[in-house]
Amino acid sequence: MTALALPFKEIAGIALPATLLAVALGAVAWQVLPPIFRPAAGFPAPETVTLPPGEIAYRAEGQFFFGTTPIDAPKLAARIEAPLTIMKYQVSAADYAACVSDGACRPAAPATLGVGDVPATGVNFQDAEDYAGWLSARTGAVWTLPTDRQWAYAAGSRYADDALGLVDDPTNPALRWLADYREEANRLRAADPMPRPLGSFGENENGIADLAGNVWEWTDTCHRRVHVDAAGAVLSEQPACTVRVLEGKHRASVSYFIRDARSGGCSVGVPPDNLGFRLVRQPPWHERLLARFGL
Amino acid sequence: MTEQGKLSRRALFAGVAAIGATAQLTAMLNATAQELAAEAPAAIDSLERVKVELVAPPFVHAHDQIAKGGPKIVEFTMTIEEKRHEVADDAEVWAMTFNGSVPGPLMVVHEGDYVELTLVNPDTNLMPHNIDFHAATGALGGGALTNVNPGEKAILRFKATRAGVFVYHCAPEGMVPWHVVSGMNGAIMVLPRDGLRDPKGNLLTYDRVYYVGEQDFYIPKDETGAYQVYESIADCHADTLETMRGLIPSHIVFNGRVGALTGDNALKANVGETVLIVHSQANRDTRPHLIGGHGDFVWATGKFHTPPDVDQETWFIPGGTAGAALYTFRQPGVYAYVNHNLIEAFELGAAGHFVVEGDWNDDLMTAVLAPSPI
Repeated sequence: MTALALPFKEIAGIALPATLLAVALGAVAWQVLPPIFRPAAGFPAPETVTLPPGEIAYRAEGQFFFGTTPIDAPKLAARIEAPLTIMKYQVSAADYAACVSDGACRPAAPATLGVGDVPATGVNFQDAEDYAGWLSARTGAVWTLPTDRQWAYAAGSRYADDALGLVDDPTNPALRWLADYREEANRLRAADPMPRPLGSFGENENGIADLAGNVWEWTDTCHRRVHVDAAGAVLSEQPACTVRVLEGKHRASVSYFIRDARSGGCSVGVPPDNLGFRLVRQPPWHERLLARFGL
Repeated sequence: MTEQGKLSRRALFAGVAAIGATAQLTAMLNATAQELAAEAPAAIDSLERVKVELVAPPFVHAHDQIAKGGPKIVEFTMTIEEKRHEVADDAEVWAMTFNGSVPGPLMVVHEGDYVELTLVNPDTNLMPHNIDFHAATGALGGGALTNVNPGEKAILRFKATRAGVFVYHCAPEGMVPWHVVSGMNGAIMVLPRDGLRDPKGNLLTYDRVYYVGEQDFYIPKDETGAYQVYESIADCHADTLETMRGLIPSHIVFNGRVGALTGDNALKANVGETVLIVHSQANRDTRPHLIGGHGDFVWATGKFHTPPDVDQETWFIPGGTAGAALYTFRQPGVYAYVNHNLIEAFELGAAGHFVVEGDWNDDLMTAVLAPSPI
């Protein structure tokens, strides 16, 4: 045996980790490389705003009960751990139509209303998820619906705390129903249903457009019912994921398959004017890693 | 004297007496008839006259439930207005209205009163109009006597001989349904002079009264599926007629538009108050229901000398009829008052709300367990 002929076992022993290292380095290089060196993704990535991690005061989502009495949800301190990258604008009717013509999304219904570069409306939760999947494939990034908490964080001053601030009387459930009804009457007075071109409702302090306009935005968050005790500790929590939370001028909970909340008329209560959505971009693994090191 | 061919003296005297008596009787009858004829106008002229200012629905002008004094002549004036009218956020019609509202206002009189209506058709309108009172007798309900072209007025007086709630509507020859489904209908309430009674004859009174006029609209759609808008009332006639002939309304609304009796305009009451709900549908069947409540006493076809049905869940009002329901609220909260074809209620607009304040009655209803995990 010559000095240069290494035993096969040893070569094999080095080859595997060496190959894996090469592949890993290649993957890092691929993702970190500027886009110009990558083949075209096929779809322009939407404009986004990135917010640093932080904390907000946040009205918990869901219907809260103390015994048999519905009560206001508690206000919590919610931490957003990682930088949040969210679309500057709602997904536009034109972009959604591209997904439809690719056969990856179902058509909006009723047909998207409004004139000009308007947001996609008449879309349900499933449509939003289908679009997110299509956009992810087309741009090579991971796009998802925001959680209700992420939406509230991004909305900042445009986030509406719709607790009634009522001191509930356990002997009279009607007080909350009447207070809710008056609140709905206020909203009805301000109703302005025709969708307007992107940007028409202005930007908030984070530079994000059209928050709390006349398009309510689907979130990933499920509606839930929570029972608490006198101290506010959670006794039980029952999620209802066929009903998803939407955010806009006020929080709404709508069945996942509804595209037009207006004709989904309740016996009482004012539904959202229009249903649309915007997406958040999940940071790729290496960005998360760098963020952990404070880079 | 021979007996044949000769009238007996007795027969002659009887005959003369008979002729004389007949003449006398005839004279007497004629005199009585003249007196009666003279009496009728004289009697009407001596009746007290009351002038009433009508109020827009769902509210009702002030009135006594039990009549004070004898029969009166109650004077009303209604001015006809053809106008653009919003039925929903995305739909409008050319409405034909009594006094500018859909429905027209509720009139209230007592049985035995005379209704004297001045009907005005200003020359700003394009159409001839008239009025048919279901409460009146003769002349097509008054329609034959009240045909007014733009620039004309007419005055009709009729006697309110039957107690109940009754529809009135415009009914011009050749155009009757079009006018009715353009909003030109309302109702009149003729109360018994001694007030409303339950089946046992006990007096029933109400703290509040609301008038709900239900209207079916037939608004044509264009080729994109949007509701048509027309430049003038004449332009909409042909298309509307075609939509009407399909017999399926585009909208069925309370008080003239979708949501008119909701939100800020929801009907109000308090626990313990008795409310009379007068409900008219001049054209199409309906079946009112108070979600969360009942009809304690219901005159479903609206006639007060027919004893009311009690404890009603839902009642049937045929098209062309007004009905009335009495209910004493027992629980606070929000109620929906609907046409209980629920498609018509929630998709086409036939729903209104009551907002009721007061104490909750736990004995009538309580949540033993709020929704919790199984």
